[in-house]
Amino acid sequence: MTKHGFLLATLVLAGAALPIGPVTAATPEEEQAAFQAYFKQRFPNVPEDEFKNGTYAIDPVTRENWEAIEEFPPYENAISQGETLWNTPFADGQGYADCFPDGPAIMGRYPHWDRERGLVMTLPLALNACRTAHGETPLKYKKGPIADLLAYIAFESRGQITQVEIPEDDPRALAAYEQGKRFYFARRGQLNFACGHCHLATSGARLRTETLSPAYGHTTHWPVYRSDWGEMGTLHRRFAGCNEQVRAKAFEPQGEEYRNLEYFLTYMNNGLELNGPGARK
Amino acid sequence: MPLNASHRSRLTALLLGLSALSSGPLPAAGLPDDLALSGDAAAGREVATDRAKGNCVACHVMAGAESPGTIGPVLVSMQTRFPSKRDLAAQIWDATAKNPEAVMPPFGKHEILTRQEFVDVVEYIWSL
Repeated sequence: MTKHGFLLATLVLAGAALPIGPVTAATPEEEQAAFQAYFKQRFPNVPEDEFKNGTYAIDPVTRENWEAIEEFPPYENAISQGETLWNTPFADGQGYADCFPDGPAIMGRYPHWDRERGLVMTLPLALNACRTAHGETPLKYKKGPIADLLAYIAFESRGQITQVEIPEDDPRALAAYEQGKRFYFARRGQLNFACGHCHLATSGARLRTETLSPAYGHTTHWPVYRSDWGEMGTLHRRFAGCNEQVRAKAFEPQGEEYRNLEYFLTYMNNGLELNGPGARK
Repeated sequence: MPLNASHRSRLTALLLGLSALSSGPLPAAGLPDDLALSGDAAAGREVATDRAKGNCVACHVMAGAESPGTIGPVLVSMQTRFPSKRDLAAQIWDATAKNPEAVMPPFGKHEILTRQEFVDVVEYIWSL
């Protein structure tokens, strides 16, 4: 371990032993720079544009298998079903293209702070807002048609760059970011893990046979065909699964907790290329 | 991008969010004084390798256990590393008592193991 890596790991592991206040009033921009520098230091041989490939950027053995899977991608069906959904008019004759005139390549605009509604607007939330505005029932948020729609949009958006903004003139946006950050570093569940314990402090280590993926790269490739699920799922489905794995009660997909978490985590990933939909173990 | 001093201090600030959240009042749930540490090492070995129970091997290299994780220290020479079996038990009961940022789950405090499973696994780990 490098000196810096060791120092940071020590900070993570021994953080509470340090005096808490007065805490430096770091800006999100400074925290993002520290977050990204930490991973570049921790994985010095990983080119920056590889982090979007998650654990396959750091583990050559599973990467080989993943590359073989990508030759006949398990998410292809979802893309074509999503395209059909996108182009199928609602009962009122309108469609998604009427709500999103610049669509379908709009993934890079989400999540964003919605000033009018006073909340973090994610793409799934926006898709359902479009549906209900046109008299359609909202889609469920974890899997199924929403994942297909997102797969099509993600595919059309490939190559866009993550660029989440936290507008400085609306303190509610910063508050949402801070809540997401608190969620990320809060212990939860019977096993008492925070997200950051596994995916920041011990990222790259092995949990039995699994390599813990770095948080830098976690938001680029959704929705995902996960072999463990045997189907497509959304980012919030994964959040819920992670919470259950630490034996905590999951929060509602697209509820405020996970939307704010997505806001924080995606902001940390600013600069990375979007490469969804993805395939993961 | 090299990690400079400014980055380090920012990351410290970022991570301090974690400690601020763990400083609330906690129920007193330390290792019970009257817990007799006289378990069965053979039964403890089963607990240590069972995924749904101890699952020690998920994070620790351990003699005789396959596909160990690399997160925690190697479980070897335990009797030279802990002054007493009770000190080792306290660590497994709740590692955050000694180090508030320890990653290891509190197997006793959070009742991840039953009392019997707990004393058995302590006996087994103490034997390594």
